[in-house]
Amino acid sequence: MNEFASQHPILVVALPKIVVLLLVLLTSLAYLTWFERKVVAHIQSRWGPYRVGPHGLLQPLADGVKFLFKEDVTPAGADKFVYFLAPFLSLSLAITSIAVIPFGPKEFTVFGQPTPLAITNLNIGLLVLFAITSMGVYGVALAGWSSNSKYPLLGGLRSSAQMISYELALTMSVVGVILMAGTFNLSEIVMSQQGFHWGFLPRWNLIGGPMPQLLGFLLFFTAAVAETNRAPFDLAEAESELVAGFHTEYASFKFAMFFMAEYSSMITVSCLATILFFGGWLSPFPQTAAFAWAHYIPAAAFALAGLALIFYGIRYLTMFGRVVLPVLGVVLGALALLFIRPGVTEFVQGPFWFLLKVVFFLFVYVWVRGTLPRLRYDQLMGFGWKLLLPLSILNVVITSLAIVLTQR
Amino acid sequence: MTGNDLQSYAPLLLHLTLAMALSGVLVLLSSLVGWRRPSTTKSQPYECGITPTGDAREPFSVKFYLVAMVFILFDVEAIFLYPWAYIFRELRWFGFVEMILYIGILLVGYFYLWKKGALDWNRPAVRRDRAS
Repeated sequence: MNEFASQHPILVVALPKIVVLLLVLLTSLAYLTWFERKVVAHIQSRWGPYRVGPHGLLQPLADGVKFLFKEDVTPAGADKFVYFLAPFLSLSLAITSIAVIPFGPKEFTVFGQPTPLAITNLNIGLLVLFAITSMGVYGVALAGWSSNSKYPLLGGLRSSAQMISYELALTMSVVGVILMAGTFNLSEIVMSQQGFHWGFLPRWNLIGGPMPQLLGFLLFFTAAVAETNRAPFDLAEAESELVAGFHTEYASFKFAMFFMAEYSSMITVSCLATILFFGGWLSPFPQTAAFAWAHYIPAAAFALAGLALIFYGIRYLTMFGRVVLPVLGVVLGALALLFIRPGVTEFVQGPFWFLLKVVFFLFVYVWVRGTLPRLRYDQLMGFGWKLLLPLSILNVVITSLAIVLTQR
Repeated sequence: MTGNDLQSYAPLLLHLTLAMALSGVLVLLSSLVGWRRPSTTKSQPYECGITPTGDAREPFSVKFYLVAMVFILFDVEAIFLYPWAYIFRELRWFGFVEMILYIGILLVGYFYLWKKGALDWNRPAVRRDRAS
């Protein structure tokens, strides 16, 4: 075993990184459900989860335990193997796709080995990501077919047709970015977006380069919302007509696994949108002496959040909240103190801005769900094939023309 | 450490293995931990409380096959665009003109599909004879 480890240092370094990333990912999946319920509730003038823990903070844990102890009902005519395979495929592929996402520019050391802030930095990262995410359609189609029930079959068919239709627009809308960056490596795509217009406006792909990819971004995000089967494109689980779509017949933790897969792909897509169009980990402030204070934004944000939590928490309704919220606030404050230290300040810049942008996209996801009504199925297919696809081809042509014209 | 060698794929494989192990454990746990009190009514397929009629594996609309076929056509185009975009800065005008020709040919097919109604979900894909 030791011999194996010394011959393959890359695996020894990767293992702790993977374990940490998976733990963080699963926790954020759980709290993304809390975040979504809270935001949608406030959009609809409700409180959302409030009872389990202060402001419902323990709700995800309670949900998890409940899912685990529910009876696991398998429908009578189901194809057992495929029925079990579908949630397995959905979840394992969804949480694998995050492996190629780079979270920051700096390398750090694990067991004396320098390693990037990503599980692996592949030179075809973008292709690998699309290859893994597009396999997600198998989980949906197999779940719908194997249940031997009519609603899941219709839901599975609908959503697999929808997913492959919007995958076209998704893959084509990214071509503009590849044209400008000339690489499939996600880190290099981020690095190609460095620089500022007139000294202050960042040259992210959204507004920079030979041809600003505003159209590309709108196409990408619309197609991504449809690809992840989220509202207003959640025809697969249209409650009013299909009960719950492809996972109608699933119970207990297998039901939860489809949701974990959905939220995980939401996170991956938000990371991808950040990397491709919003400059990834790049700070929106120039790295000049006039903007030296921008280095302390992460620390300031954490300190303010920590202080707010402490002052709000000590007057909370319940005894439990009066203990938990200030403790959380103290943890955030301690992190803020850590972020001021010289070596750490530079290191946290990348991940801080990256995660801030990702959280923004997750918020947009929930915001869209809380705002827009669901489309009709023929409108959905027409929108994908007759509007998004031609527009994404147009985007490719315009971008390549702009590059040829500006090239010397 | 931008991996040109196969070694940089090893962490990805390890990640996939761990993810699969995790999902496998969750699938097993869900069927082991929960209580079980099976009954015939419970294991019936859900049809809003009505007794299910017939098998669910019925023939479904041929439209879904059509979408899959058209998808393959355009997905091949997208795949072809990727390597082209990668080396576009070296190809310059030659690459641009070639790709305009290629996209042009595809667009002819696209408008043919549109005219034939393959992209309309409500109309039948091929017009039937009036007699039938």
